[in-house]
Amino acid sequence: MEQENNSRRDFLVTGLVAAAASVVAGCAPKSNVFEAAADEQVMPSGKKVKLLSVDGEVIEVDAAFLKPVPHMPPVSNSEARIGIPGKKFVMVIDLSRCKNLKKCQAACNHAHDLNPGENWIKVDPMKNSEHSAPYWEPTTCMHCDDPPCVKVCPVDATFKRQDGIVLIDSDRCIGCRFCMAACPYSTRVFNWGAPQISEEVAAQPYSCETSIPQKKGTVGKCDFCADMSRMGELPHCVSACPNGVYAFGDLNEDSVTNGAETFRFSDLIRDKAGYRLMEDLGTKPSVYYLPPVNRNFPFESGLETDSLQNPKN
Amino acid sequence: MENSDSIANNKIINDLLPQKFGKAGKIWTGVLVAICLFGLYAYYRQLRYGLIVTSMRDYVSWGIYISNFVFFVAISLVGSLITAVFRLAGVHWSTPLTRIAEMIAVAAIIFASLIIIVDMGSPERFYNLFIHGRLQSPIIWDVIVITTYFFISILLLYFPLLPDIKILLTFKERSGPRLNKFYGYIGSFWKGLPEQYKLGDKAINILCITIIPVAFTIHTVTSWLFATTYRPGWDSTNFGAYFIAGAFLVGAGSVVVAMYVFRKAYHLEKYITEDHFEKMGRILVMLAMLYLYFNINEFLTPFFKMKESEAAYLNGLFTGDFSVVFWFAILTGMIVPTIILLFKKGRKPLPVMIAGIMVVIGAWFKRYLIVTPTLLHPFLPMHDVPASYRHYFPSWEEWAITFGSLAGVMLVITILARIFPIIPIQETITEQHEIAE
Repeated sequence: MEQENNSRRDFLVTGLVAAAASVVAGCAPKSNVFEAAADEQVMPSGKKVKLLSVDGEVIEVDAAFLKPVPHMPPVSNSEARIGIPGKKFVMVIDLSRCKNLKKCQAACNHAHDLNPGENWIKVDPMKNSEHSAPYWEPTTCMHCDDPPCVKVCPVDATFKRQDGIVLIDSDRCIGCRFCMAACPYSTRVFNWGAPQISEEVAAQPYSCETSIPQKKGTVGKCDFCADMSRMGELPHCVSACPNGVYAFGDLNEDSVTNGAETFRFSDLIRDKAGYRLMEDLGTKPSVYYLPPVNRNFPFESGLETDSLQNPKN
Repeated sequence: MENSDSIANNKIINDLLPQKFGKAGKIWTGVLVAICLFGLYAYYRQLRYGLIVTSMRDYVSWGIYISNFVFFVAISLVGSLITAVFRLAGVHWSTPLTRIAEMIAVAAIIFASLIIIVDMGSPERFYNLFIHGRLQSPIIWDVIVITTYFFISILLLYFPLLPDIKILLTFKERSGPRLNKFYGYIGSFWKGLPEQYKLGDKAINILCITIIPVAFTIHTVTSWLFATTYRPGWDSTNFGAYFIAGAFLVGAGSVVVAMYVFRKAYHLEKYITEDHFEKMGRILVMLAMLYLYFNINEFLTPFFKMKESEAAYLNGLFTGDFSVVFWFAILTGMIVPTIILLFKKGRKPLPVMIAGIMVVIGAWFKRYLIVTPTLLHPFLPMHDVPASYRHYFPSWEEWAITFGSLAGVMLVITILARIFPIIPIQETITEQHEIAE
């Protein structure tokens, strides 16, 4: 099994074309998605294409053997459950920069093929007390270090990784929704019906890191874009935000970035008096907030994009 | 003396043997089956389209299925109260009620297990609970204790039945060949030998002792499904005891209703006497006041403090959206039955039965109030969700499944009462002899 996973990953890493590689290397593992392609009888077209093999040799293959690689989970389920070694992901959300543009939400919904009306990122209008000012507060999964959802899950379908990310295995989730009751941040959503996704997306094997495809009768939530981190890229919400609200990074490296600016995490949190939501509950979130002081935008500027004003959003 | 005894025995046996359904019984069973089938159709739709057919959404992620589950677990506790507690306390007057209580317990725990599967979003993965189960989840605790309680309840129904089955087998022409075969299959090994009686008594005693902690555990663990979360209205150390008190009340309430119905339907006035209603009425009033006490305990202290997160929830119950249901449940489920039963005249069969019905109906709505209002008062605002997510009223499928399961419980009780004597025959005979001596 281990070897099979490795060889699968190699195919993807080298960006090779599956059928050709399996024919040449002759190592197509049985019972994988390439099997059908390997057994297929293809008439050579005579047109040759140069390719780089798994062991680094340049080889020539007939074009007729070329088949597009089906979407594969970038890592196996057991690897996805462990996480990226040496990392401890953290996010900082700067409330002084948010004007409820919802670009983060749109990018997230698009990247994860969410159902219409379903949002993993919510931007709430907040007002802490009568005389304090209103502000916009984006919420994601807090990826708690002491996650109440993980504690209550009866089947280990939602789990905490070594790199701090809390993920969901939708192939295992039984849909009891105890995690939704347990989460004080109400971050979890449920696929009440069959997700409205294209057949192509629905046919993909599920990956905990991409959270795609969402499945009927299972729970979904923000996954900190674990697949993007594995590729060394920022989560979709971070790169989609034009105002630099989100900064994402690694606690072990003590740095977070919103794409344009990079901060030393400890300085940022200390200087701007960062805090976490509902600290008193002891959930130890991985998402920090910078208080909404010296705001870049008036609160009212965000109202036009608000879901209460525009129920469609 | 010997002779008159045997006449009395025959009379008892004749009175208590299971009877074929009359016209009313057939109609009753038919109606229950029809409701169950309609519930099954609704469940078929739910399996096909997913939980989208319910009105549950991301905020109210648990609805009347879970309320109903809590309700059934609560009712099933009565088996341990009437059978085990009274038996261990050496109370004999409750003998004619034990089998009714056990039948209710078995029927309710079966449907508690079924309804929790109905609530699952991916029931086809139920086996994951066994291959991937994690002991730290209260759901796994619930699975373990409910399974245990189910088997103990079945045994506690079965063992005391053995002497009666021996009697049933002597009336072959009455039961018909198929039932006889069934009786023979489950009970022909019972010859009524003194050793068997000794062993049976011992086994029943062990079951009675074990069922009490297990019964407390099933309902305490069920309360922990809520109390282990942070949410206002659930985050309470009072929850275990509050649930147990409520469970004993609704269980006793359902028993007095069943007593009344069986007494009327099978003319058992000589066995389930007015005195039984008088005594059960006293127990019911005590339990109603106990549950009222736990309710005051549950609501008064947060009400006194009115913490920000609790305030919205409590206002919703006391004066807001849920106030009508809330005060209805308190009045119907506790206060009015208490007032009825405090008077001697209120402890006649009919008023006791009415009080019992009120207790059961009030208890069902109380379970609804335990689940839903809390979920509609999350810590963060309900925002960026479709408008329908901010309210909850069950869909017809949810009602159909709920009524189907309620009908299912009554159907199981009806079938058990058709197959087995509602009142333990052998024990009644033995006790008559003891009284005579």
